[in-house]
Amino acid sequence: MSLHTYCTFYIDNFFFGVEVEKVQEIVRYQEMTRVPLAPEVVRGLINLRGQIVVAIDLRRQLGLPDRTDDHKPMNVIVRTADGPVSLLVDDIGDVVEVDPDQFDSPPDTLQGIARELIRGVYKFEGRLLLVLDIERATAVSAAA
Amino acid sequence: MGEFDDILKEFLVESYENLDQLDQDLVALESDPENRDRLASIFRTIHTIKGSAGFFGFDRLQAVTHAGENLLVKLRDGELRLTPEINDVLLAMVDAVRDMLAAIEATGSDGDKDYSELVRRIEEIQAAAGSDAEQTAAESSATDSAETDTERSEPVEQPATDHGSPGTAAEESAMGQQEPATKRGPAEAPTQSAAASASANRSGGGGHVKESTIRVDVNLLDKLMNLVGELVLARNQILQFSATQTDAAFLNASQRLSLVTTELQESVMKTRMQPIGTIWSKLPRVVRDLARQCGRQVKLEMEGKDVELDKSVIESIKDPLTHMIRNAVDHGIEPPEERVAKGKPPEGNLTLRAFHEGGQVIIEISDDGRGIDVEKVKEKAVRKGLITPEEAEQMTPRQAMKLIFLPGFSTAEKVTNVSGRGVGMDVVRNNIEKIGGSVDIQSHPGQGTTFRIKLPLTLAIIPALIVKSGGERMAIPQVSLLELVRLEGNEAKEGIEWVHEAPVYRLRGQLLPLVYLNEELGLTTNEEAESLNIVVLHAENRRFGLVVDEIVDTQEIVVKPLGKRLKGLSMFAGATIMGDGRVALILDVFGIAKRVGLVGDQDRALAELEEKVQHSEENTVMMLTVAAGEGRCAAIPLEFVARLEEIPADSIEQANGYEVVQYRGHLLPLVRLASLLNAMPSGDDPAKLHAVVCRVENKSVGLVVDRILDIVEWRPHMERVGTHPFVAGSTIISGRVTDLIDVERLLDSVEAVADTTVAA
Repeated sequence: MSLHTYCTFYIDNFFFGVEVEKVQEIVRYQEMTRVPLAPEVVRGLINLRGQIVVAIDLRRQLGLPDRTDDHKPMNVIVRTADGPVSLLVDDIGDVVEVDPDQFDSPPDTLQGIARELIRGVYKFEGRLLLVLDIERATAVSAAA
Repeated sequence: MGEFDDILKEFLVESYENLDQLDQDLVALESDPENRDRLASIFRTIHTIKGSAGFFGFDRLQAVTHAGENLLVKLRDGELRLTPEINDVLLAMVDAVRDMLAAIEATGSDGDKDYSELVRRIEEIQAAAGSDAEQTAAESSATDSAETDTERSEPVEQPATDHGSPGTAAEESAMGQQEPATKRGPAEAPTQSAAASASANRSGGGGHVKESTIRVDVNLLDKLMNLVGELVLARNQILQFSATQTDAAFLNASQRLSLVTTELQESVMKTRMQPIGTIWSKLPRVVRDLARQCGRQVKLEMEGKDVELDKSVIESIKDPLTHMIRNAVDHGIEPPEERVAKGKPPEGNLTLRAFHEGGQVIIEISDDGRGIDVEKVKEKAVRKGLITPEEAEQMTPRQAMKLIFLPGFSTAEKVTNVSGRGVGMDVVRNNIEKIGGSVDIQSHPGQGTTFRIKLPLTLAIIPALIVKSGGERMAIPQVSLLELVRLEGNEAKEGIEWVHEAPVYRLRGQLLPLVYLNEELGLTTNEEAESLNIVVLHAENRRFGLVVDEIVDTQEIVVKPLGKRLKGLSMFAGATIMGDGRVALILDVFGIAKRVGLVGDQDRALAELEEKVQHSEENTVMMLTVAAGEGRCAAIPLEFVARLEEIPADSIEQANGYEVVQYRGHLLPLVRLASLLNAMPSGDDPAKLHAVVCRVENKSVGLVVDRILDIVEWRPHMERVGTHPFVAGSTIISGRVTDLIDVERLLDSVEAVADTTVAA
């Protein structure tokens, strides 16, 4: 009955989605100021119209290999309890509507960091939409 | 329902403000119990709250204020005299009201606390005034001035429950303003009258404040501030772009945009400024309660309430200030008997002063109490294992006093309810230093103690030095900056020496520990630099040199927080946005010092003390050395140097045979040092003159010199050669014979000349 709307994006070969209400905006690649000594998931700080926003690389967060230099990531700016945070992703997909009936919890065999970040899975024709837990995806473990 | 909420919110805001005023009024009243104006104003405030409480249906609030109001009527009509006991009850009532307001704010109801005990106490005091008091109050009030007639007679005539009716609210509004309340709906009336009485209280009668100010949500101001920040960035981009343009109209427009933006930025900054009086207003009450609790008599004086500080600064000094006040009352000021025995008046003085000095705000907290007992402090520190007995012996009184700022120190003989709650002076100092301020003590046994807090005007915009390290731009707040040293060529390599694994640089004969910023941050600097830039910084009285790749320039930067996610990074104090729109990190000098082990733990604090013990024996003076005339060097004690200025030669004017320049709205007499020393002038006639502005008390003079050479630490030893009136003697500094200028004498003479010319 009530459809859920998701903003989708790609990281490596995976197809991810976050609730559209949690997305503030999509911004193309921005120059970043790196933050020395910060955990490696923090790629840097961007200036979002005067507001300083931390950019978190989802590849690193998920333990995937880094992008090549000529592939600039996109910023998905999401709203969190502590203000906006940018998630760096490879590419932006469509905004999709999904049927809650298609929702499944993540398979038990999913292990490690990904298990914590993925809330569940929507079964699409031919592909799976992985639902990202925003608070966990934007969490930065204590600085080194 | 939204409108109702708004009205309720306004009621809360107004009431809080009025309560603060009430605290002050009640405390002031204690020393001047006959002041009817104050009594009337107190009465009005309580009455207003009572009326509004009735309107909103807060029965408990209404019952308490009703009892208080009745008591106030008796006081006002002279049937009762205000005693400290009565005042205690009244203040307790104010507290109860505040509690209930807080409950209303949080839950929308006036809480479920039982205040019947308080009401009973109030009624008891009231009853003591005589059983027929009510009757008399009603009668006497009827004969009073018409202005306050309604409010005075009303509380006795009407039972408390009636106050909820809109009719009463309308009646109340009549005292505050003429407009019939019925026209605008009774709901608004109570808040309006509250505003009127609040403004009347503040401005001492006039109700004009209300018209010239409006309330603005702080969030809105913050948003404005951010927007202006963005506008500044956009402006900067346009200016960069306009440099490549030739269209005159466009250039004109961008110029105007630039000017207006700057002005807008300044104005918005100003909206965040608040007078320090906003936090001071709570202090009379604090002092009064404490004094009664500790059996002291304290007179609190406050100067400079209007001094303005950024809202965030004000908020962060609130607690340290309160703590220091508590200390002063509890430990500083003696009990009356002790004071009398010492020949002091029984009433102790506690003075708060706020004023501007050198772009910063100074707050002084002075008491005329017993002062800090240095021996006791040392003994305590030894007992607590903070220092060794040997160290204690070597310490000067000044150093010993600073022991109270060490973590784990508390001078209180017994841990009282008042001070010694585990929040020591170390926390006070930390809080103040966190916002870029500093705190210092002066104390004379038997005469009192003065704490001096230095604060930046604003936290949001600070002057900073922009440096580069490992390819990254970073900002260093200028409050921590001492000087910049640049080593070139051979010096860059040979100037650095090693003490085991620690690099040091000899800065005027003293070892300066060096910290390589790129290494600390894990950044790489690829090329072997030809020169070395050392930024000399201080953190908690420790000096160190931060080696950076490049010094870019100084800028006013807007400080933005890094957010919770990066809170763990103690090396950074925040971030800012540079003119090109990119983000730059702001270094936390204290955090760096802590990370490299320069400050922080107790051993370090001790090392620091030890170092100071040694230094004080050397007893050196800082001197500014200058070149004046052919081959002549002169030294001026740095303590008299107010500023170094460049003066365009064509701005020099003549006044009564003296060369003068207009300087900050005054005439600054100029003295050419070369001719004063009878030295050969250096020949060239530059378009700009270097002037050392010297100041002793409020006399100033500009010493025109050829060049500024250096600042050196100098151990006083000199010889008198010749009898030049303004040369105190000669000495050798940096291998050159240097004349020491007797600035005090010179200034006296400048004034004498000025005096005679005025007299003539």
